[in-house]
Amino acid sequence: MTDQSYPYIINQGLWNNNAALVQILGLCPLLAVSNTVINSLGLGLATTLTLVASNATVSFIRRWVRPDIRIPVFVLIIASVVTIIELAMNAWFHELYLILGIFIPLIVTNCTIIARAESFASKNAIIPSIVDGLFMGIGFMAVLVILGAMRELVGFGTLMSHADLMFGEIGKSMTIQPWEQYTGYLLAILPPGAFLGLGFIIAIKNIIDKRRSRKVQKVVVSEPEMA
Amino acid sequence: MSLLRHMTISAVLLGLFAIVGTAMVALIHDATAERIAANHRAFLLKSLHILVPPEQHDNDLFTDVITVTNKDLLGTDKPVRVYRARRNENPVAAIINAVAPDGYSGSIELLVAIRYDGTLAGVRVVKHKETPGLGDGIDASRSDWILAFNNRSLTVPEKKGWAVKRDGGIFDQFTGATISPRAIVNAVYRSLLYFDTHKDELFEKPSMPTEVKAS
Repeated sequence: MTDQSYPYIINQGLWNNNAALVQILGLCPLLAVSNTVINSLGLGLATTLTLVASNATVSFIRRWVRPDIRIPVFVLIIASVVTIIELAMNAWFHELYLILGIFIPLIVTNCTIIARAESFASKNAIIPSIVDGLFMGIGFMAVLVILGAMRELVGFGTLMSHADLMFGEIGKSMTIQPWEQYTGYLLAILPPGAFLGLGFIIAIKNIIDKRRSRKVQKVVVSEPEMA
Repeated sequence: MSLLRHMTISAVLLGLFAIVGTAMVALIHDATAERIAANHRAFLLKSLHILVPPEQHDNDLFTDVITVTNKDLLGTDKPVRVYRARRNENPVAAIINAVAPDGYSGSIELLVAIRYDGTLAGVRVVKHKETPGLGDGIDASRSDWILAFNNRSLTVPEKKGWAVKRDGGIFDQFTGATISPRAIVNAVYRSLLYFDTHKDELFEKPSMPTEVKAS
């Protein structure tokens, strides 16, 4: 069993091993749904919930699953978890379900979930697995929301439109329209816009990482002189 | 351990997980089915009242309902619900739960409300799987597009006008999505045709026994 500290797990999920930016996993839902902030937020939340539930379950049964049947078992667990979440939402959060309903089945196609089950939850205790699922999910959601904001801003000229679908009446006042009479730019809303947007975000992350590592190198180089 | 024994244990384990997983889903399904049906019913009644406001009729829309079947005009070979609004026993409007079978991603379920004089009281999309941000403008909560049907009829506009603008009609399509609006325009027109030829029969047929589960 590998033993990893929580700050390390959190950092992995949010930045160093971000599901969308570094592992480039879950592209299907990521690119399909990220055309507005609200859509992104909805799918991000549902994905995070699925990740936490599936990681917890996989970690719980990890001692009984033999290596040669682990993948079908993980698929079974993930499919069951997603179906249960969909049914429960339909019953108890009907208003929210009416908006997110079509995105929930998409979560099954997100490879991040099986990747976390295989590479983390099947080797770690329950609590670290839940933390890993939570922060992998938040990292994924953050990228989704940023991409959604970029595409919505360029494509429709708004931010947070239709927020009332998720937050109720208060949401109506949350919509921001920075420019008057913006007619929209269709490319941003279509799938190519999603690829371009994701490319930009990955590039920005790489620039930040490079700057950081250069700083670290400088410190290392300058240290002997100071000593 | 022999290979056969190893394989048997794996197969049994996998089978067990399948049984447990399926049982969990079945259990949750059983526990939620009633609530989901009730939610669906409440939501449906709310949508019916948007099309035919409560003050325009005095009967119970949810029980004054029949099912009819007409694959060519109503878009599905399954029975289609028709809710009937009456005032003092006189027909006011019929709301047909028609289907547009040719949406971009599968069928689109509609409520088409037609007044007794053959004009449209309104149309709403009940269920659809169209692309978010593109085709989902057919949903009244996303855009006002569907309101363009209000007060139209078989003669307003004439047959040629019952199409999206790209096909030479009078109805808008969306940027990047023509298929969803086209499917709905055609489905609404077919519902009007159906109403025109079956009007009296629709209001005379006795309603179905109550306590019907919403699908």
